[in-house]
Amino acid sequence: MRLLVSMIAAACLAATGGVPASVGYSIPAGSGVAGARSDTGPTRIISLIPPVTETLFAIGAGPEVIAVSSFDNYPPDVAKLQRVGALLDPDVERILSLRPDLVVVYASQTDLRAQLERAHIPMYVYRHAGLSDVTATIREVGTRVGKGVAAVRLARDIDRQIDAVRTRVAGLPRVATLIVFEREPFTLRGIFASGGTGFIHDMVEAAGGANVFADIARQAVQATTELILARRPAIIIELRSSVATEADQRRELATWSGLGALPAVRTGRLYLFADQRMSIAGPRVGEVVQVLGRTIHPEAFSR
Amino acid sequence: MTPAPLGRRLWTTLPWFAALALAALAGGPLIGSTHISLRRAFDTAIPFADNVDAQIFFVARLPRTLAGALVGSMLACAGVVFQGLLRNPLATPFTLGVSAGAALGAMLAITFNWSFAWAGVPAAPAASFAGSLAAVGIVYALARARQGGMSTNVLLLAGVTMNAFFSALILFVQYFADFSQTYRILRWLMGDLDVSSYQPIVTALPLVVLSFAVFAWLARPLNLLSLGPDSAATHGIDVTRAQRAAFISASLATGAAVSVGGPVGFVGIIIPHLVRLMVGSDHRVVLPASALFGAAFLIGCDVVARTALSPVELPVGVITALIGGPFFLWLLVRKS
Repeated sequence: MRLLVSMIAAACLAATGGVPASVGYSIPAGSGVAGARSDTGPTRIISLIPPVTETLFAIGAGPEVIAVSSFDNYPPDVAKLQRVGALLDPDVERILSLRPDLVVVYASQTDLRAQLERAHIPMYVYRHAGLSDVTATIREVGTRVGKGVAAVRLARDIDRQIDAVRTRVAGLPRVATLIVFEREPFTLRGIFASGGTGFIHDMVEAAGGANVFADIARQAVQATTELILARRPAIIIELRSSVATEADQRRELATWSGLGALPAVRTGRLYLFADQRMSIAGPRVGEVVQVLGRTIHPEAFSR
Repeated sequence: MTPAPLGRRLWTTLPWFAALALAALAGGPLIGSTHISLRRAFDTAIPFADNVDAQIFFVARLPRTLAGALVGSMLACAGVVFQGLLRNPLATPFTLGVSAGAALGAMLAITFNWSFAWAGVPAAPAASFAGSLAAVGIVYALARARQGGMSTNVLLLAGVTMNAFFSALILFVQYFADFSQTYRILRWLMGDLDVSSYQPIVTALPLVVLSFAVFAWLARPLNLLSLGPDSAATHGIDVTRAQRAAFISASLATGAAVSVGGPVGFVGIIIPHLVRLMVGSDHRVVLPASALFGAAFLIGCDVVARTALSPVELPVGVITALIGGPFFLWLLVRKS
């Protein structure tokens, strides 16, 4: 059993670069370009990173994408593309056989990177960071694939969307917000909440919320009932990747009555989003900040 | 092994263990990652809904302390019984595959997002208990299949093999889990006593009472079994019946403990040995003393787990090994 624990621990660490990525994909602050570059931009791109895949399609480089990771499902065009594994299990043989001229990889995929380097295949290395890095990554990816103008336009649109929300909620009292990534179904056990780093924390703060765990400098915090009671959130926002039925969602939210004295529970400000946009630090972060703004400060959007 | 010295030994040892357990039960809820005022917590003039201190005391800390007591005492007693049954000092409640079966059940529930609730018990603990029952059933059937009676050697080998087999299945299932599920699985395997309500404790209670009743009856048979099955039989013990009772009760206790707090390691091996070093090897003293000491030990470890790095929390299983290991070695060296 102890061996098993350490094996899974190693897998987790390898998967996340030391930080538990409780929310699927992490955050881009792209950097590092290896290999040669043609003047016209790559024409056979493989992306192992969903937010970058989305970006490629959003800036018009979609036709050049020939394969994606097994977790990609947006935009719908990716459905017909080949799958070449993901963070932990990239299918190196298939990647090589597709003869790509650009592969988008995670910084922590050191083995894959070494193999691609030996094969002289250019790479774009994606790294973790916060909300402000999303647009930086978009610009970088755009330049890398020869779609710099479209990328700058997209980045500016996103910044504008976020700024619009910031302006609306400016001056309003910040609402103590608990952001839950994960918990055991229908119980208040094993709760993982957003700490004070990461793009989801940034998005909630931009939307006028005050993350109750902002002081804990981690992406994910295992939040005990004591900790949650002590921090007294006025609103609880749960993010889920899988879509449950509406009845299940109601049942899940009703579970919070176990902590019936929390301000959020007493006022019924409990929200569950089974929305995959929420966990992808890609071109749709502006939309997500709007959704969060409307949830946290509905009064700011009704006028 | 005459009755009179036993009575005296019980009277001279058990009150100390009971005092320790009571001190832990009373002290556990007083300590935590946040500061609360006891006067406010017990002030009935403040409505409960507005009384954060009372909420933290009654909703977060008290059930957690009770869960620690329950899990600690059950794992400690199960350890004593398994060591007696298998006549092996290295036996733990997890030796015979119970925890691996439980872990496989919980893992399936987490990986495949099972969302049923069985008699108010959510999927993960219910599946973990079912998994432990399945493991126990298989091991028991194997041990029975070879001979008419129950071979403890076959039991041990079957248990160890089932452990390895279930661990392989766990890795196989884990392959289908995404990152967040993998992380949840990992945390589940480390043990966690933050039960956040009294429900899991109440649900486990019938099994606890049943197991402890059998343990009380088992004390004398276990003493005689430690002389070997043949000697035990000459003392009028129905060996197979005693072995079966020991195996089933200790397995059920372990399954219940794991479904409440996850597979908290080390309690089941260290507490029985600590207690034996202190009170000798008579199961009539060792069993109740282990129940009390196990409860106190796990409550203490949980207090350390939730305060050492507060507000962030360590898994209690890490603390049991970190504190228990060196303490055990110190006692071992000192005694010898």
